[in-house]
Amino acid sequence: MPVITYRDALNQALAEEMERDDSVFLMGEEVAEYDGAYKVSKGLLEQFGERRIVDSPISELGFAGLGVGAAMVGLRPVIEFMTFNFSILALDQVINAAAKMYYMTGGQIPVPIVFRGPTGAALQLSAQHSQACETWYVHSPGIKLVTPGTPADAKGLLKASIRDNDPVAFMEGELLYNLKGEVPDPDDGDFVIPLGVADVKREGSDVTIVTHGKMVNEALRAAATLEKDGIEAEIVDLRTLRPLDVEAILRSVHKTNRAVYLEEGWPYVGIGSQIVSIIQEEAFDYLDAPVVRVTQADVPMPYAKNLEKIAKPDAARVVEACNRVLYRN
Amino acid sequence: MTFPPSPPLPDPSHAHSLLRSMLLVRRFEEKCAELYTEQKIRGFLHLYIGEEAVATGSIAALERRDSVVATYREHGQALARGVPATTVMAEMFGKQEGCARGRGGSMHLFDAETRFYGGNAIVAGGLPLAVGLALAAHMQGEDRVTACYFGDGAMAEGEFHESMNLAALWNLPVLFCCENNLYAMGTALEVAQAETDLALRATSYGMPAWPVDGMDVLAVEHATRRAVQSVRAGGGPHFLEFRTYRFRPHSMFDPELYRSRDEVAEWKKRDPIVLLANRMREAGILDDAGMDALEAEVAEEVDNSVRFAEEGSWEPVEELTRFVHSDPEVAE
Repeated sequence: MPVITYRDALNQALAEEMERDDSVFLMGEEVAEYDGAYKVSKGLLEQFGERRIVDSPISELGFAGLGVGAAMVGLRPVIEFMTFNFSILALDQVINAAAKMYYMTGGQIPVPIVFRGPTGAALQLSAQHSQACETWYVHSPGIKLVTPGTPADAKGLLKASIRDNDPVAFMEGELLYNLKGEVPDPDDGDFVIPLGVADVKREGSDVTIVTHGKMVNEALRAAATLEKDGIEAEIVDLRTLRPLDVEAILRSVHKTNRAVYLEEGWPYVGIGSQIVSIIQEEAFDYLDAPVVRVTQADVPMPYAKNLEKIAKPDAARVVEACNRVLYRN
Repeated sequence: MTFPPSPPLPDPSHAHSLLRSMLLVRRFEEKCAELYTEQKIRGFLHLYIGEEAVATGSIAALERRDSVVATYREHGQALARGVPATTVMAEMFGKQEGCARGRGGSMHLFDAETRFYGGNAIVAGGLPLAVGLALAAHMQGEDRVTACYFGDGAMAEGEFHESMNLAALWNLPVLFCCENNLYAMGTALEVAQAETDLALRATSYGMPAWPVDGMDVLAVEHATRRAVQSVRAGGGPHFLEFRTYRFRPHSMFDPELYRSRDEVAEWKKRDPIVLLANRMREAGILDDAGMDALEAEVAEEVDNSVRFAEEGSWEPVEELTRFVHSDPEVAE
């Protein structure tokens, strides 16, 4: 199987879907001439022309809303946010228009739109450029949320998101664009991963690490450390946070009886709060220890390297949390 | 402000149709206010009474293939656009026969059939959507125009600026219809806008813009036809500032402490329905009998809409989660 970067996997997904369906177009800041701030749309302007690869001014609320309007009459816009940090300016159109439209119109007007771009911390970009934005989006019914952690998931899930008839927020990892991984050859057929299906990234029997997005890679590092200690961690990568694959979480917890939730976001009413709530409601009798969350510290991200390091969740902290639920400390 | 002389009366049948449309909105809304007091209609109810010439005249200048995006004060636009009074009333009753299955209520009327894309209860929230509809038409090579309604209050929002800039930058076929009724809820224009000449502000985006007497339905229709023709021909977005006035409070909960009774009385002298009816009488194409017949016809349509709404049914509670997603297989 070919090994390509996460960036190229996204690029392939965009190109293949635009090739397949003329109603798909990409719009955002710097997506055309500049090839995208993270070069995800490299070469697409030459391939598809300026009608379908549209450079927008710095106007997140405006172009997000234009995308929603275009989707209301049957086009399939892919709206690139240079980062999801900037998308907070666009939330009125995402939450009040896109997410509610189908329900509010009694099923008359679907909104098949994808909002995509990087979320989460990079390196020393400080508070306004380093935050996980999942919670802003996943809170609202009517929107789906996809968070691929590997190149293959990035490709298969982006293709499914573009084909989906509902609004999808597709959050990439800023530090993942250069990550390499195996992705099926386009010549071997259409590679689409359905939304709402979690993936066990590592099997194990002693403790479950539930996570999503970029943190999948941190969980794998933690599992490698634990393995040296004779602990087999199972990693459940949720891949989509809405719809959520509850069964996959429960299956693993039934097997290991211990769970840790790992996420890049803040702890306060974070994704982990929801997951912990589900586990205690649905699998209380299977638990041998309280579920523990590993998150970013409950502070805006500091710039200074030493502070940033301790503010971010990492493999070492996941190992600690696993040991805690295993009562090994 | 002096406006150009009012355009000549159109042929009698068209004049009658304009009068009927305005009268329907007026009588329909008077009935809504009554039904609100009877608690048949709930939520927020924003009446358009006084502003009927704007929706009626401007929508008369659109084609069926065109699209309309309006605000939370949109009963007038919905009715003028041809959304049946029956389904609009049923929507306000919360019945599933309503134009949005009772999911939206007064502020969220939708009707894909007549390309009526809301109903939007976020001030200025409809502007980017309207520009998006225009972008879609542009991309698909269709000659549809999107008419986008908003109040003077929306012009203080960032969404207004972003929408105007993008529409002008990309030369999109959208007609911005500003309904300047002088008050954003209870805040007077001069308290909310640094530049109160709203058409002048619009010209700073490089688009044609001009004020229109919003109490004169003929002036409204004439200006809109001129603008729509230019938009459709590829002239890019246009902006019309309709100077109008709402005769009723902002909503059903407004004691109207911000404006004087004299001011309201002064504006009522230019009631758009009376203005047109008088012109038609002077021209000899309307008399008392004709007016009575029209009133009777409209009353019957309004009564019929109430009957339809009363006889409508509630959506089964089992359907609470229906339409959260379009694909039920993946709905949570």
